Amino acid sequence: MPELIDLLNALVLMTNYVILPALTYGSQLALGALGVTLVFAILRFSNFAHGDTMAFGAMATILVTWWFQSMGVSFGPLPTALLALPLGIAVTALFVLGTDKFVYKHYRGIGAKPITIVMVSVGVMFIMNGLVRFIIGPSDQRFADGVRFIFKAREFKEWSGLSEGLALRSSQVITIVIAVALVAALFWFLQKTKTGKAMRAFSDNENLALLSGIDPDKIVRITWILAAILATVAGVLYGLDKSFKPFVYFQLLLPIFAAAIVGGLGKPIGAIAGGFVIAFSEVAITYVYKKFLIYLLPTDMEPDSLVQLLATEYKFAVSFVILVLVLLVKPTGLFKGKVV
Amino acid sequence: MNPLTNPTLRPYTVFGIMAALLIFVGTTQSWGVSLTIINMCIISAIMTLGVNIQWGYAGLFNVGIMGFCALGGAAAVLVSSDPVVDAQSAGGTGMALALLSLVGGSCFVYMLHKFWGKRPLRGLITFIAALGVYFLARHFYDPASAAIEAVNPAKTGFLGGLGLPIIFSWLVGGLFAAGAAWLIGKVTLGLRTDYLAIATLGIAEIIVALLKNEEWLTRGAKNVTGLPRPVPFEVDLQQTSWFIDLIARFNADALTALAGDERTALLKTLVMDASGITVKLCYALLFTSVLLILFALAQLALNSPWGRMVRAIRDNETAAGAMGKDVKARHLQIFVIGSAVVGIAGAMMTTLDGQFTPGTYNPLRYTFLIWVMVIVGGSGNNLGSILGGFLVWFIWIEAEPLGNWMMSVVTSGLDPASELRAHLIGSAQYMRLMVMGGVLLLVLRFSPSGILPERSGHK
Repeated sequence: MPELIDLLNALVLMTNYVILPALTYGSQLALGALGVTLVFAILRFSNFAHGDTMAFGAMATILVTWWFQSMGVSFGPLPTALLALPLGIAVTALFVLGTDKFVYKHYRGIGAKPITIVMVSVGVMFIMNGLVRFIIGPSDQRFADGVRFIFKAREFKEWSGLSEGLALRSSQVITIVIAVALVAALFWFLQKTKTGKAMRAFSDNENLALLSGIDPDKIVRITWILAAILATVAGVLYGLDKSFKPFVYFQLLLPIFAAAIVGGLGKPIGAIAGGFVIAFSEVAITYVYKKFLIYLLPTDMEPDSLVQLLATEYKFAVSFVILVLVLLVKPTGLFKGKVV
Repeated sequence: MNPLTNPTLRPYTVFGIMAALLIFVGTTQSWGVSLTIINMCIISAIMTLGVNIQWGYAGLFNVGIMGFCALGGAAAVLVSSDPVVDAQSAGGTGMALALLSLVGGSCFVYMLHKFWGKRPLRGLITFIAALGVYFLARHFYDPASAAIEAVNPAKTGFLGGLGLPIIFSWLVGGLFAAGAAWLIGKVTLGLRTDYLAIATLGIAEIIVALLKNEEWLTRGAKNVTGLPRPVPFEVDLQQTSWFIDLIARFNADALTALAGDERTALLKTLVMDASGITVKLCYALLFTSVLLILFALAQLALNSPWGRMVRAIRDNETAAGAMGKDVKARHLQIFVIGSAVVGIAGAMMTTLDGQFTPGTYNPLRYTFLIWVMVIVGGSGNNLGSILGGFLVWFIWIEAEPLGNWMMSVVTSGLDPASELRAHLIGSAQYMRLMVMGGVLLLVLRFSPSGILPERSGHK
């Protein structure tokens, strides 16, 4: 049996490299998947432009952040980007409402097939993609300021006396706190307010909802605004946690869609569960377990290879395999999503 | 008869305009540039043809074109590059064993899953068996790949290919893509259409990640350069006597006016220019013949009873299913055929480049641009697809100089030293993404059937 100190060290190692990053990444994915799922529930198409909406929202926030920074405004220990977030959301919401007015509305009017609208969203994706690169460029942008660590690995080691360190970055705490608050607010909105109830009714049965006097234009408007809020927050949190790079946001599309489908398309609670399923599998499968096993196994059984199930480059394969497995076993997802 | 609205004359008119555009580039910029554009236009047209088979004939939404194209490129490497004997003796056996255990193990897991039947713990047993197969394959794979990558890593470090003429790779590329398409189609076809889209998006990312990181197979990010060519090299042509004679005869008027050194110098530049153009023309001829063959096959298929059946399935799956058509099998068939065509084009592109660079595959250029071509050209119409491939590639190439020029005009009023001006001029290249998105949206909105609309089967 390993000693208690080894067990504690293994636990700390796991928390530092798997649990905390996966919780953070999972919150970001969940917010992204919520946006996709909401658009799917109300507007009934898979929005391929969602990844680029995240990039656009993050870009708008970064620009406002820079403007604030140049004026000397700061948010104390918190990143200035949080102060800029409402403005970033407003800009993104306006842009997204604009795309609805000038692009998507026409196709709802003529009752186009869902797949046609998906293709239209590809066109919107192209434009947003170009716009983001045009305005801010294709390279990495770091915009995180304020306090970086709540406590550092060294401080934790000194405090606990363990040989493994545990670092808690402020971006991780901020991500989780904001995600929880936003999701709580969203569920309160959907469950308790009149508009939220109307949205759920619209999603369940469009014709019946229209018959009971629900204004479809208002529902669509609110959906786009919610999608913009979720996308911008997810984009900014991801950018704070890692860094902002337009192409990475496009690549997030796959795990986000996987999360939404795993949970069941059109089900908000499923999107959140899916986000964490994908994030935890991705991090756990690409983690190198060598050190972890050395702590737990007796000395003569120590592994000499890295004990990594899959190289980090293949993290997309994880979300893909989970997606395919779910489609094969339970096509409607964990929470019985929509199948149109 | 209006040559633009008459359905019979319209193709001639639009292709005439396209030719005029290319000739215009040839006379104003240079014929070399024009031929470079034409070669890529032909390859784009073949890819578009493949996607049109999927979308236009059957309504399958494939967003993994990049992956199939990259598989074609990998085929070019695996077929044509010289075998690396040292690497094969170092890790060949290990790789073969890994492959064997993977394939054999997968069969075993499949059989186990099938014959386990309704006994308890079916899922768990299958999962454990699959995990076991994975670790068995990894057991052979890890040392083998390390051994192969250690063989002269600066120059080879991979298994090499078969050393066959690169033309064969076009066929092999098609087969590779077809195999991948079969696997993915087996799983996702029959579910709702968006799922196929998302699954193909994923498989494309995975294929490119594989080609980027499996250095033992394709040298990964280290790239394979100097692939053999199906056409002569410019340098060789410049030293061939009949070629020099030919050029001298073509330019006899200009040459006779000069004498001595000046004549030799002029002849030399003329031969240099002509060799480049000749090589590009050779490629163009090869590519055109492939395009014509594929176009003829696609037309025959579309106008056959089979073609009418798949269009019937596309227009009303339920009705076609009720008439006894096997909807899922036809979808799988079409998905495989279309992807194979894309794979062929991918191998041709790598042949034209003469190098395989997995890092350059990106979905905007290799997937979504092809989609713009299909939609602009006219989905369901093979001729339209070819036109879309030509026109959109032409715009894609020419949008950059145009964007730069526009930006410098727009910013000419600004202070030359200002940061805004530098930024705007530096970002002009991203204009073309917006242009493409705009073109796609405009066509979808105002002319959803494209430039050359699909013609219904009855004449």
